[in-house]
Amino acid sequence: MEQPQYIVQMNNIYKSFNGVKALKDVSINLQKNEVVGIVGHNGAGKSTLIKILSGALHKDTGSILIENKLVEISDPKDARNMGIETIYQDLALAGNLDVASNFFLGNEKTKFFFLRNKFMKKESKRVLQELKIKIKSYSVPVDFLSGGQRQAVAIGRAIYNKAKVLIMDEPTAALGIEETRMVGDLINQLKKQDVGIFLISHDIHDVFDFCDRIAIMKNGELVDICVSDEVTKDEVVSMIIKGTK
Amino acid sequence: MFKDRKNFFYYLGVLTPIIFLILLILIFSSLHPRFLHPLNIFNVMRQISITGLIALGMTFVIIVRGIDLSVGSLIALCGLVGAVIAKGGLVERFSVGLDTELANPWYWALAGSVLIGLLAGTLNGVCITKLKVPAFVVTLGGLSAYRGTALIVSDGGPISGFNEAYRWIGQGKIGMVPIPVIIFLVFIVLCHIVLKYTVYGRHIYSVGGNPEAARLSGININLIITSTYIITGFFVGLSAFILSARLNSSEAVAGMGYELNVIAIVVVGGTSLFGGMGSILGTIIGAMLFGVLQNGLVLLNVSSYIQQIIIGIILILAVTFDKFSKSARQV
Repeated sequence: MEQPQYIVQMNNIYKSFNGVKALKDVSINLQKNEVVGIVGHNGAGKSTLIKILSGALHKDTGSILIENKLVEISDPKDARNMGIETIYQDLALAGNLDVASNFFLGNEKTKFFFLRNKFMKKESKRVLQELKIKIKSYSVPVDFLSGGQRQAVAIGRAIYNKAKVLIMDEPTAALGIEETRMVGDLINQLKKQDVGIFLISHDIHDVFDFCDRIAIMKNGELVDICVSDEVTKDEVVSMIIKGTK
Repeated sequence: MFKDRKNFFYYLGVLTPIIFLILLILIFSSLHPRFLHPLNIFNVMRQISITGLIALGMTFVIIVRGIDLSVGSLIALCGLVGAVIAKGGLVERFSVGLDTELANPWYWALAGSVLIGLLAGTLNGVCITKLKVPAFVVTLGGLSAYRGTALIVSDGGPISGFNEAYRWIGQGKIGMVPIPVIIFLVFIVLCHIVLKYTVYGRHIYSVGGNPEAARLSGININLIITSTYIITGFFVGLSAFILSARLNSSEAVAGMGYELNVIAIVVVGGTSLFGGMGSILGTIIGAMLFGVLQNGLVLLNVSSYIQQIIIGIILILAVTFDKFSKSARQV
């Protein structure tokens, strides 16, 4: 049998904040073309886990392997350079800037120190149109756009940066039904492009719709990782609440 | 442009200062025949150039959600350090002659003044970002501490009497245009370009709009925030020198209350105290608005007490419009 190709392996991760153990011996991995959902209550350690992977927090002990290479991720820029892109629920975009500025935030294209605004606008338009995303206006601040459009801009940015690993933190929390479906379509498109996705969600339906495997966490510990076709929603919910298999 | 109400209020907030400025110019020019005379126009421009220069720096600070209350006191300190350098100490402090011999030329005084501004700006920025003390508190401390330092440097009294080359920076003209106005114009263009067309400027706006998003995009937000206070410090040093050259004197009580004038200019110019919004052009309009208002009221013999009341009212109106356009901006 072919050995699975892991792009991310997080092994025995520990993390505590002022003596409170937020993560206890958590190990999780991710393959190409795979969506792994991470579920659990508030304070279960989901966000801490992915923030360590995205460089926003530092682990205490444990190891992280990206494409079988041991790495140290010290800040968000490091993670980005390794192909790890994170889409945060509300933090992803600067609402006062337009689509292109957000698209290239921290990665601006320049010519002799000057911003290439036209080029950046053209590129962001091209990528978003390839993803079949309609944006109302490219020149207004993104605060004027709908939640789904903003989420799409964040996803488009991740794709443009050639993400190998995409971390999505509650991508559908603020969205309506139609927009949630759009994000779902995007996730499926991305899977086909050899991207691995960690999806954090409160919504058990979303998780079952989008994910191949589901990791259940409680009180900083990993309860179980199961293949979503092999469990029922009730079983997963019970694991979230009880913290045992 | 005005497809819906939301957008209408947004643009109303942006356009209000310029409409107000045009209105004021129309009123004053109809009430006083000489208001629009080029001499008076340049007079207004010269008056606003000193606070205007500092307002350029303050625009950067306020866009990243900061505030700098220490600029008024820092003017006194920078100007005095420059004067002490020019005089070579406090011994010759009162030699008010027309051809005073200076121990050091004007450019050493300028360099010293700007250096102190840069140092104080760095100190402000580092305290705010590293000690995590709110900018309001740090610079309020600066307001007191820099004034005290200025009093120590000058031993309480003024230092006056500079040579012609020194005074020319503040009093001279090229053709009809006063030197301070030329300096002001050069930095307006420079700041506008930096803020609108460079990566650094884009990062300033992103830090103001959403610091967390900026940080997660790999932007060093502490560096960006600190840099805005350093820029302000630079402009304080520069305008402190211009002020002392213009008055032919530096004193420890110079620049009292300037911080409030400068903040008023920036805020009236449409820069949001909530961060993320604002422009150099807006700040220029804000500066001109106050300049025109003060000049016009003087021409019309309005008491300076009443002027202060009017300026206060305009400040509050401006922030009201700011809130209006901000709440319209958020869906």
